[in-house]
Amino acid sequence: MAQDVLIEIGLEELPARFIDDAEAQILDKTIKWLENQRIAYSSAVSFSTPRRLAVLIEGVADTQTSIEEEAKGPALKIAKDDEDNWTKAAEGFTRGQGKTTDDIYIKEVNGTSYIYVKKYIEGKTVQSLLPEFKDIIESITFGKNMRWANETLRYARPIRWLVALYGNEVIPFEIAHVKTSNFTYGHRFLSGKLTIEEPKKYEQLLHDNYVIANAKKREAKIMEQLEALQAEHAFQIPVDKDLLNEVRNLVEYPTAFVGNFATSFLALPKEVLITSMAEHQRYFPVERDGELLPHFIGVRNGDEHELQTVIRGNEKVLRARLADAEFFFEEDKKHSIDFFQEKLTRVVFQEKLGTYTEKVNRVKAIATHLAKQLSLKEGKEIERAAEISKFDLMTNMVNEFTELQGVMGEKYAAYFGESKEVSQAIREHYLPKQSHGELPVSTVGAVLSIADKIDTIAGCIGVGLIPSGSQDPYALRRQAMGILRILKEKNWDLTVESLIDDALTVFERSELPMNAGAKDELLAFFASRAGYLMREENIDTDIIHAVVDNQIGIIHFAVDKAHVLSKKKADDDFKASQEALVRVLNLENKVEDKNHKVDTVLFQTESEKALYDSVETIKSTYEDYLKAQNSEKALDVLADLSDDIHAFFDHNMIMDDNEKVRKNRLSIIHELSSLILQYADLRKIAWKQHA
Amino acid sequence: MNIQEMILTLQNHWSEQNCILMQAYDTEKGAGTMSPMTLLRSLGPEPWNVAYVEPSRRPADGRYGKNPNRLYQHHQFQVIMKPSPDNIQELYLESLKKLGIDPLTHDIRFVEDNWENPTLGAAGLGWEVWLDGMEITQFTYFQQIGGLEANPVTVELTYGIERLASYIQDKENVFDLEWNNGVTIRDIFYQPEYEHSVYTFETSNTEMLFDLFTKYEQEAKATMEQGLVFPAYDYVLKCSHTFNLLDAKGVISVTERTGYISRIRNLARSIAKIYVQEREKLGFPMLKKEAN
Repeated sequence: MAQDVLIEIGLEELPARFIDDAEAQILDKTIKWLENQRIAYSSAVSFSTPRRLAVLIEGVADTQTSIEEEAKGPALKIAKDDEDNWTKAAEGFTRGQGKTTDDIYIKEVNGTSYIYVKKYIEGKTVQSLLPEFKDIIESITFGKNMRWANETLRYARPIRWLVALYGNEVIPFEIAHVKTSNFTYGHRFLSGKLTIEEPKKYEQLLHDNYVIANAKKREAKIMEQLEALQAEHAFQIPVDKDLLNEVRNLVEYPTAFVGNFATSFLALPKEVLITSMAEHQRYFPVERDGELLPHFIGVRNGDEHELQTVIRGNEKVLRARLADAEFFFEEDKKHSIDFFQEKLTRVVFQEKLGTYTEKVNRVKAIATHLAKQLSLKEGKEIERAAEISKFDLMTNMVNEFTELQGVMGEKYAAYFGESKEVSQAIREHYLPKQSHGELPVSTVGAVLSIADKIDTIAGCIGVGLIPSGSQDPYALRRQAMGILRILKEKNWDLTVESLIDDALTVFERSELPMNAGAKDELLAFFASRAGYLMREENIDTDIIHAVVDNQIGIIHFAVDKAHVLSKKKADDDFKASQEALVRVLNLENKVEDKNHKVDTVLFQTESEKALYDSVETIKSTYEDYLKAQNSEKALDVLADLSDDIHAFFDHNMIMDDNEKVRKNRLSIIHELSSLILQYADLRKIAWKQHA
Repeated sequence: MNIQEMILTLQNHWSEQNCILMQAYDTEKGAGTMSPMTLLRSLGPEPWNVAYVEPSRRPADGRYGKNPNRLYQHHQFQVIMKPSPDNIQELYLESLKKLGIDPLTHDIRFVEDNWENPTLGAAGLGWEVWLDGMEITQFTYFQQIGGLEANPVTVELTYGIERLASYIQDKENVFDLEWNNGVTIRDIFYQPEYEHSVYTFETSNTEMLFDLFTKYEQEAKATMEQGLVFPAYDYVLKCSHTFNLLDAKGVISVTERTGYISRIRNLARSIAKIYVQEREKLGFPMLKKEAN
């Protein structure tokens, strides 16, 4: 008879950020295991709270599905002797499979006959296999693991109990000296030790004991309570998804409440209030018509009992935090930008890259140069914004609320009389904060963001702090993505190469020694980031290599070329052109003298003259198209040469014995190769093998 | 409940759990973790259970006795148990009940917080314990101490005495907290808070402190070479406190700062190693005792 299976891992409070992933893993691993073990079941669901991860499988079959398998033996000529009798080899094989020679049948594989037997694999009882859940539980991985007591197991937090039930029988196994049983625990304070009578009753039993085991239901309950509070108080609670997710994973039984703080604190910048509430205390801020109100929503892990005490305590904590913030805000405003700028001279940005003042000076040099290159009219603002881009790091407020760097910079700069453009750029130059985060909107902010990031990237990589694997403490990858995304979005015709050169020149001028291979490292680093950006646009790896390996150039043009090539890769009509162009590139390494100029007098055939003439004719058009970043047209122009190219190869001996003739022909190849490579290295593309 | 009663309650509770009741260590330090009763004793295989109050000096937090939340010196109640008991969370929650904090009328949470002290080459995983949103205890399973892997794992509970008291006594200003009936923190600590702040930020002899740092460091090294762990460690603590005084005065540039921290860390790491070696030479005596 089919049974239900329940597995529950009881833990000391798991970090909220690990819970969803761990729950997904336990379900996923369970289902995979059932499939691999050929165990039929009707449904599998998972549960999670800060103190437990669980999976309930209903309708689990008694035994594995039995199967018949084919076992392949030796070749027939080995299995039978000259007299047509089964050999020792054949007997040995059948015996090994638990069969006799009578069971043998013969099948041909690639022209050779082999002997086979059919093997029936009888399904084992599921009950005998279930202790394998030990491995499933131990194989769950977390972002950070720990050890406890004398245990060798590394897990997110100590395991305190294990439930493993097959029907109402305990599945016996042990992890880190914890034995399985049918005991679980309800809410830490509102309940205690419980006996699970049968797996199916798990969720209800916990629910009766103040634990909502289903994370989605817990979230729904919080949302319901928030909506009720909104209706009751006629205010709005803008719910941040991440915060809701975290709060739901910090409680087993949520009860939302409204707390208050003094209206006078509303004079603080909105971001300070929100950070204090949401980031530090995990409260939801409250609004009416887009304006913050002096209330907050907290979620208690428990019921309504003595809720007033809990509210009073939370109000007290927030009051202390906001009083601190208010003090910092008033203190900071007593000073001036110069006061904070002076402090930067004594703070090291990175040991090998000098102080913040030095960094700011470099960023200013890079930013001003960029403004000129891009002929921007905001030169003055860019210079000023760069100059004071980091002053807020020295304020009390940012010292206490580090996540408000830039945000406070904007507020304070405006307060101290800086223009809107400059103030805004100070905030925006930290954008994007995540790989896919919001980008700077203003021109000044965008330029400053690029300059600040390229300085950090070039500096770090230049002194050998190259990200590897999961190690990227300065978030260089994210910052490089930021640069590429800004350039692409702003459509700025600035090559990645020139940006790297600018940064390195500034480092050279400031006499900070960069490692010898810095430039190559940087180019490779950006090429891999550009590749990452393109992969997100579903561009194949071979095309990415073709486009970025030699040079990245202007990023939006590179991406565009990659899209054009992706189309051509799938286009049968492009076959002849692609073959022609690749033929040219394949001979490129035969070119002996790269400075040799084509000498028309040495032409021997019509076809070589024809190709040369065509190349000369298209050259300026092609380069115009490149300049205009017209990927489609530029490639068309090259493709138009394909007939001439094929004729050239078909009618000429390129590697002619006559050195002069050979050199001359190779020079045509060289000239044409250079043109093609300006577009992409088409050799790197895995062109389809057309039938 | 006044602070004195709180301390007595915690001492009784942890004494019942077979913790050795220690007294505060007599060298200045920034946290209870730095007492040799924690830092050294949590190294190696020997079992160790101890509880003590540790006055902790944070010169940079000195506010002339004017700030309601910050102190030059505050008090920590430190509990160390090695190996970490399976019911440590329950033992901890029981201690809160004894302090009059009924979990049913409050919201007590374990919120992830991983602790790291680079100066001591120490790191651990655990939580900050929230009481109605306020952090009252740091709860840590040591994973590494003095650069050495913690094995078995020690659990450390650090109660912030003043924090907890401000909740229990419902006071907004730390100076209004009652130490015993009628005597407040203000009565006992206002003058030292003020004077230490003046000394730290204004009158301390910088040159002498720099000189002391170097001398303490030399002495720590020389003493270590003799295999004398505990006296050497005292000098590391002195280095650390001297550094804190200089740092608070703002006379250590940030570049130098990293240098000083790594000098202290190197000392702490060497001592950790020697401590384990010396205990091994003695045959890990506490281990034998437990077996008997």
